[in-house]
Amino acid sequence: MRVMAQMSMVMNIDKCIGCHTCSVTCKQAWTNRTGVEYVWFNNVETKPGVGYPREYEDQEKWGGGWVRTKRGRLKLRSGGRIQKLASIFYNPKLPEIEDYYEPWTYDYDMLLNAPAGEHTPVARPKSLLTGDDMKIGWSANWDDDLGGSTETVQNDPILKHMSDHVAMEFEQSFMFYLPRICEHCLNPSCVASCPSGAMYKRSEDGIVLVDQDQCRGWRMCVSGCPYKKVYFNHKTGKAEKCTLCYPRLEVGLPTVCSETCVGRLRYLGLVLYDADRVLEAASVEDEKDLLEAQRNIILDPHDPAVIEAARAEDIPEDWIEAAQSSPIYKLINEYRVALPLHPEYRTMPMVWYIPPLSPVVDVVASSGNDGEDVRNLFAAIDQLRIPMEYLAGLFSAGDLGPVTESLQKLAAMRSYMRGINLDEGRDESIAEAVGMTGTEMEAMYRLLAIAKYEERYVIPQAHSEQARELDELACSLDYDGGPGMGGAGPFGLSSGHGPEPVAVENFHVLKDRQTADRPSTPGRMNLLNWDGNGRPTGMFPPDKQKDES
Amino acid sequence: MNALDFVLWIALPYAGMAVFIVGHIWRYRYDKFGWTSRSSEVYETRLLRLGSPMFHFGILMVLAGHVVGLLIPREWLYFIGIDEHMYHWGATVLGTAAAAMLVAGLAILIFRRRTNGPVFLATTVMDKIMYVFLSLTIVIGTAATVAHQIIGGGYNYRETISPWVRSILLFQPDPALMIDAPLLFQLHALSATLLFILWPFTRLVHVFSAPVGYLFRPYIVYRSRDEHRGSRSVRRGWEGSNLPEKTPGQKRF
Repeated sequence: MRVMAQMSMVMNIDKCIGCHTCSVTCKQAWTNRTGVEYVWFNNVETKPGVGYPREYEDQEKWGGGWVRTKRGRLKLRSGGRIQKLASIFYNPKLPEIEDYYEPWTYDYDMLLNAPAGEHTPVARPKSLLTGDDMKIGWSANWDDDLGGSTETVQNDPILKHMSDHVAMEFEQSFMFYLPRICEHCLNPSCVASCPSGAMYKRSEDGIVLVDQDQCRGWRMCVSGCPYKKVYFNHKTGKAEKCTLCYPRLEVGLPTVCSETCVGRLRYLGLVLYDADRVLEAASVEDEKDLLEAQRNIILDPHDPAVIEAARAEDIPEDWIEAAQSSPIYKLINEYRVALPLHPEYRTMPMVWYIPPLSPVVDVVASSGNDGEDVRNLFAAIDQLRIPMEYLAGLFSAGDLGPVTESLQKLAAMRSYMRGINLDEGRDESIAEAVGMTGTEMEAMYRLLAIAKYEERYVIPQAHSEQARELDELACSLDYDGGPGMGGAGPFGLSSGHGPEPVAVENFHVLKDRQTADRPSTPGRMNLLNWDGNGRPTGMFPPDKQKDES
Repeated sequence: MNALDFVLWIALPYAGMAVFIVGHIWRYRYDKFGWTSRSSEVYETRLLRLGSPMFHFGILMVLAGHVVGLLIPREWLYFIGIDEHMYHWGATVLGTAAAAMLVAGLAILIFRRRTNGPVFLATTVMDKIMYVFLSLTIVIGTAATVAHQIIGGGYNYRETISPWVRSILLFQPDPALMIDAPLLFQLHALSATLLFILWPFTRLVHVFSAPVGYLFRPYIVYRSRDEHRGSRSVRRGWEGSNLPEKTPGQKRF
């Protein structure tokens, strides 16, 4: 047993209202730059729907993830090492920007500067790729709330796998939102696809990152990732992806998407897993066993043997404690309500989902029955074959069992808690029906419904003995006049606006890039490191007015 | 030998070599972030699917041909049984095939770059300069092959150009060898030298990133956070003064 820690997330999509706040704040923090206009590290899809990029779940087409060979070994679906190198001059499985959408802006200037005239001036959409006028025809959430989905929903890869005629019938009765970020997989096929070895999994917390200095832009990671969550920055020619906001996590803050989630449906925490058994778990023969195999390699952090093994791997004491109080382990292995997204890709994803019960409740309630009665809900879960099959296609490789188990538990919890709220007493039989006790049910209710910030986000800081070098502290010395403020000092020229006080998400990245070399002489600067912003010392003649004052 | 010959066949090649080597070291140290092929595949795939493999496989074949023709003395080839006739025949047939593929690929790629809006917009000034010298070198080289090896009676460059290249590389330059070479071969060598001078400052640096290591590394790469904490490691002799380490193995600044 080789214990490793993994920072992971669970999203309770029963509570997602599809407001896109996570996407917008993530975009503002990370991808509001040229070259990544079309990139959403976090996006929210309406299901059923084709997703972003379009039909990314169709691995026959995109070749992402792993497949099991007849001999029981894992192989990258889009080909092994030699095949990858042979197709390095042209990657046949790479999505074009058009598969995401052509990014655009508006000619806002026209609104201000149009000459007086008879008609109101309009801001025309302009393509950010060509600068020309364009007709907007698709975006990251074009089929939001099933808008226009009569045209496209039949292309949903999961529906395609089900029967042909169900699509329309289905979308009239069942819809939910699916927020997606990088899965930070235990067996990441993007990392395995990278010819340069620039992608890696951080051994401390399992976050999957791209080394920007080592990436050579071969683009194999983009096709390798079955979730299409590695993107190509078309200006820098390098791959970029969700970083799980590691600069924030390192100082104990949740990711931007979690922090700003209106429905408070995201949970963050550590799990301990057995790294030695990852490959074995990812190679089980039957796709439907993958979920259980993954649950099995996620270790019980209270087990003395696990704790001992974790200590042997130098996992710090406070990290073990954090794993013990992690909401993730509870949701995945104790309550067993969380499920992974597309386990059949065999990447062992570590962002899990609690499937949505609300559409089931709506179906029951709209038929005039009591939508919170456990028997009605169980009956509905049994009868809604098509939606259940769809959920199973998303979360359990088509196996109805886990989805049913999870939804029944949520239904039982709803019913059980209503009894308490209406002073009808604690009906233990409801809890027993799903194999739980009343106490467990209430604890689960507490975690899912009223968990506070500290209970939803259990994030151990990086070691305090190393914290000096982390963002918050390093930056706090960097104010004007502060001890760290040396002009063109060891941190190079920050983007010309001086350092930000707290949680500068891209601090490491900026610093890495800008401190490629230290200026050899004080007062002179390395032109190559200047990004065009600000007024580095020695670059321009001194500002006379400022000098006089 | 006049001054011009000295400049063209000694000074320039050595200047080119120096810029090529020092330039790459400089670029690698100062601009790892810019070290990429800057692929434009996400903009357009239809033409790239044809042009890029044609160009790249073509140029790899051409490179192999140049290694055999220029760097390996013909006596060595005689030794393994490749005589003059066999060499000439092979070089002309394979070389022409490679050149045809290369030129066709290059033409497709240049056409694509010029006509596709996003691709053209993503083309830098340096790219354009590089394209001029790259195309020039390829076109003149192809012209020399066609004019002298196919149409002409066959010029035996292994008696002049090849020894000259080796003389440069062995630091015993013999410019006299190049003086009587046909003009097209001379121009080809000159434009190639200029291309080598530009090389480190263009996207051509991606040639040196050919990911051969991929064949030998484990699929999943793990790296510790500590390895790249902070901007970079402190240079030897410039470490700040700090309290002595308390926990063994714990990195401190």
